[in-house]
This record gives sequence, C-alpha cells and structure tokens, in this order.
Amino acid sequence: MNRRADFPLLAANPDLHYLDSAATSQKPAVVLDALREFYETSNANPHRGAYELSVAATDRYDAARATLARFLGVADADCLIFTRGTTEAINLVASAWGWRNVGPGDEIVVTALEHHANFVPWQQLAIGRGATLRICELTSDGHLDLDHFRTLLSSRTKVVAFAHVSNALGTINPVRELVALARELTGAVIVCDGAQGVPHLRVRYDELGVDFYAFSGHKMCGPMAIGGLIGPRWLLETMPPYQMGGDMIEFVHDQTTTWNVLPQKFEAGTPNAAGAVGLAAAADYLDAIGMDEVLRHERELVSDAYARLAAIDGVILYGPPPSERSGVVSFTLDDVHPHDLATILDGDGICIRAGNHCAQPLMRRLDVSATARASFYVYNDKSDTDALIAGVLKAKEVFGHAAV
Amino acid sequence: MPLSDRSAQISALYQEMILDHYRRPRNKGELEGADASVAMKNPLCGDEIYLHVAFDGDAVRDLKFTGRGCSISQASASMMTQLIKGKSAAEIEPLRDRFRDMVMGKADASEDASLGSLRSLSGVAKFPARVRCALLAWNALETALAERSG
Repeated sequence: MNRRADFPLLAANPDLHYLDSAATSQKPAVVLDALREFYETSNANPHRGAYELSVAATDRYDAARATLARFLGVADADCLIFTRGTTEAINLVASAWGWRNVGPGDEIVVTALEHHANFVPWQQLAIGRGATLRICELTSDGHLDLDHFRTLLSSRTKVVAFAHVSNALGTINPVRELVALARELTGAVIVCDGAQGVPHLRVRYDELGVDFYAFSGHKMCGPMAIGGLIGPRWLLETMPPYQMGGDMIEFVHDQTTTWNVLPQKFEAGTPNAAGAVGLAAAADYLDAIGMDEVLRHERELVSDAYARLAAIDGVILYGPPPSERSGVVSFTLDDVHPHDLATILDGDGICIRAGNHCAQPLMRRLDVSATARASFYVYNDKSDTDALIAGVLKAKEVFGHAAV
Repeated sequence: MPLSDRSAQISALYQEMILDHYRRPRNKGELEGADASVAMKNPLCGDEIYLHVAFDGDAVRDLKFTGRGCSISQASASMMTQLIKGKSAAEIEPLRDRFRDMVMGKADASEDASLGSLRSLSGVAKFPARVRCALLAWNALETALAERSG
C-alpha cells in the first residue's frame, strides 16, 4: 500500500528518498490539517477564558490528551504530561524527582546505548548530587549485556534509565527483563526513553512496568515541539513542579504558592495545544494503519536493506540482526567517511543521517567516530532501498578512483 | 534543483586531489617543539583536528596536524599545512580570507594561484553543510595565531 501520497512533502518531491525518520518523521496531511483546523476554529488560550472559544480550545486540548493516553495504553490520562518532547520529559524527571531523591553515595544506572538526552541529564545529576553513574555495557552484537546490567544493580541504585529502542542501532531492548531485574534488586525509579519506541512499537504503558516513559511527537508523524511524559500518579503528586508560571499554580500568596493538580502542575505557561491536537491526529493515523503493521512493514524493508548492504564489499553493519530491531540500519563503508557518504547520497536525493547520532558513548564503544544511518518508516518502500544501494555503490566508485 | 545538476556537483566536489590528500595526508603527525596545539571539533559529524604549530618570530616555521574526520576536513588540513609552512601572519591572513570566501561561495577563488591545491575545494561552496568541514583546520590555525599574538 502506497502511503507516500498521504505525506505532502513526499508527494511534492517524487525523487526524494527520505531515510532519516529516526531523526524526524515526515508529516501526513491529516496532521497538517489538524494544526490548521485548530487555529482556524478553536484558537484561544486553554484553561483561561470563561468564553466559549476558550472552552472549545480546552476541550480540544483535553481530547488530544485522552487520544494519546488511549494510543499508549495509559488508563489515567492525567498522568500523561505534555512536554516539548523526550528531552524535556527526561529533564523533568531528572530535575523534579532526581534532585530531591538522589544523594551522595547513591547510584544511577544507564546504558551505553543511550541517546545523549537519556545520558547527560543523569550524568549531570550524578555530578551535582555526589552520586555515581554506572553504565551497562553491550554485547558484541549490540544488545545490552544483561549479566553486566544485573551486577550494576543494588540497594544503592536510585534510578535505572534505558531506551526502549536504540536510536543509533535500532536495538529493541527487553524492557520486561530489565524491569524485572531492577524491581528485584533495587528500589529504583525506572525511566524509559520511548522516543524510538512509540513511533514503531505498540506501547501499552500500563503493562510495561516502568515508572516514567518519555516520548516525542515529531518522530511519530506528529508536529515538532510536542511530546510527553507518562508517570505514576503517586510519584508525580509527590514531585515538586519542574517550571513555575501560569496554569501550574492553585493559589499564589505573597510569600508562598500552592500547585495545581495533575497534569497542569507540570505544564507551566500556555500549552502547545495545537501541537497536542496535531499529535493526536498522528496517533489516529498510526492507529488506523495498526502498530503491528507499522513494525512488520519496517522489518520487511530493513531486512532487505540489511541483506543487500551486507553483500557490498567494504560495508560494516552495526547492531543486532533485523528481526531484533526497528527500522534502523547503521553502517560504514570502507574508508569513506559517513559524512562524505551522506553528501554523495544527497546528490541522488537520498536523505540519511551521518554522525554520532547523539550517542557518543556508544560510538566510542563501537570504535568509530561516526556511522551512516538509514531509517525506514511507514511511507518508505523498496524503491528507497534500491536508491540507497545504488547510492552506496556510487560512493564506492567516487572514492575508488584514488587508490587506497 | 534537478538531481542531475546535483550529481554533477558531487563529481566536482570529490576531485582526485582531495581524495589523495585524504588518503595520503601531508604533514600529519605530532610536531616536536610545537609552540601551540589547538583542538578543533565539529560535534555534528565527529570531525577532529589537532593543529600543532611552531613559530619563528611571527612566522609559522612548521605545522602538523593529527585527528580524524571526513575527506573534506582532512584534505583541507593537509593542503593548508603545505601552503602555510614558512609564511608570516601577515601573509596568512589574506590567504585565509580568500579560502573562506571561496568555500562560502562569496568569491570565485578557484583560479587564484595563491591558494595552490586548496583550489580543489572550491566545490564545497555548493554544499553549505560541508563548509564547516573545510574551515575546521583554518579555524584551528586562526586560534593558534591569535594565541601567539596574545
């Protein structure tokens, strides 16, 4: 089924092969229409006005939250806080929960697979509070080393943070096993970075067993600068606010202030209501396809790409086999630097990511400064893979005319 | 832009001269008796240049570089060291400006003999995302010179 027609940017550029959806996805017309429709029919400041239009804006914003909660398997929709995205969501937890609850001698466990957004906030929290950051290493095929993970966990562990899916390698982490180990051996708060999970997997937050789950809208066909944090009510209610301002307060006295209830307590200032409405449209779009179908489609493409790249002399592939990953394939070619490879592919309208993928700790462990990453999504098809393979062969040719 | 034009620009970018300097960099290595060592990185793509400079008065007596990165950053560093060796700060400044203007597309310096082999990098002007790569070594040199003059 050709979904390319659903995406105006792709429909307008038939020669474009967009293979960078792990960075950000393209947006379907239904999402762009929802944004415009909100501003054209319901634009007012939610929670502020007594007039009908403001009530309409509030209703739309609340309905968007309910849609997302349904999509992500969250029974208590008030525990889904809208944020700018995953980065802000994780920073919220590290700031509001971390600074109150992590202290000298405590330990924070992260993994070597993490995106900087789920690494640096914990590293800096550890430095700031005199705690120790411990890093779970990887097996040679790009999985988390569960034996090592187990040895890092103890009663000193206050936070366990890991990605649902690796952005650099596509590895799908065994959340259930990680949660079971963390619950058995620690009393830690478990934080899961779902930025690469929600776009590709069927997520049921209430069944995952993690405490906090962070996600971004723009990687799942939604607008930029809208995403969310899901957490347990008991934890969210005991946490201090992350930012102060309008909407998050109850009573402001001269010297003290009391806080609004969830979710407003964590949503200071005018919310990105249009973004939330657009994100809800994205969730409905993916729901109509079916998340199982999304993953099946990606796997089919990535399996084909993986096999055809592996057959090219000089290509090194990173990470687990295609059956254990989402739609990401990370690779290098001979001594062609990934940045050069990306430029050559760009010459043929093929968009890939080259670099460290905001995962410098991982790149050090792979002993590369950068990789090329092609990532597939609902609108890609075999013609994109054909173009990718042709482009890689062309790069070999361009770099071939000077002897190694 | 039609893809065929883009494809021609790719061929113009990756000239044999660039690939030769990428694979056989000149003046690459540590420099004994260096007066200044400057690290310059491009976090976007992981390019790293460490430029080591020895001065003789206000002239660059010798310079070498280490590091790793894409063909553009490494070739630019290699060619720059060849051109700069033995030149005074006053001679370096206009060369740097001409090279910068060339890769930023502000001036066609591709026929400017004073830039020597660096003219082969003129194709970079068509690739804004790669200008930083071409300028990495030059930015390191500028820092080294600024530190020298205090």
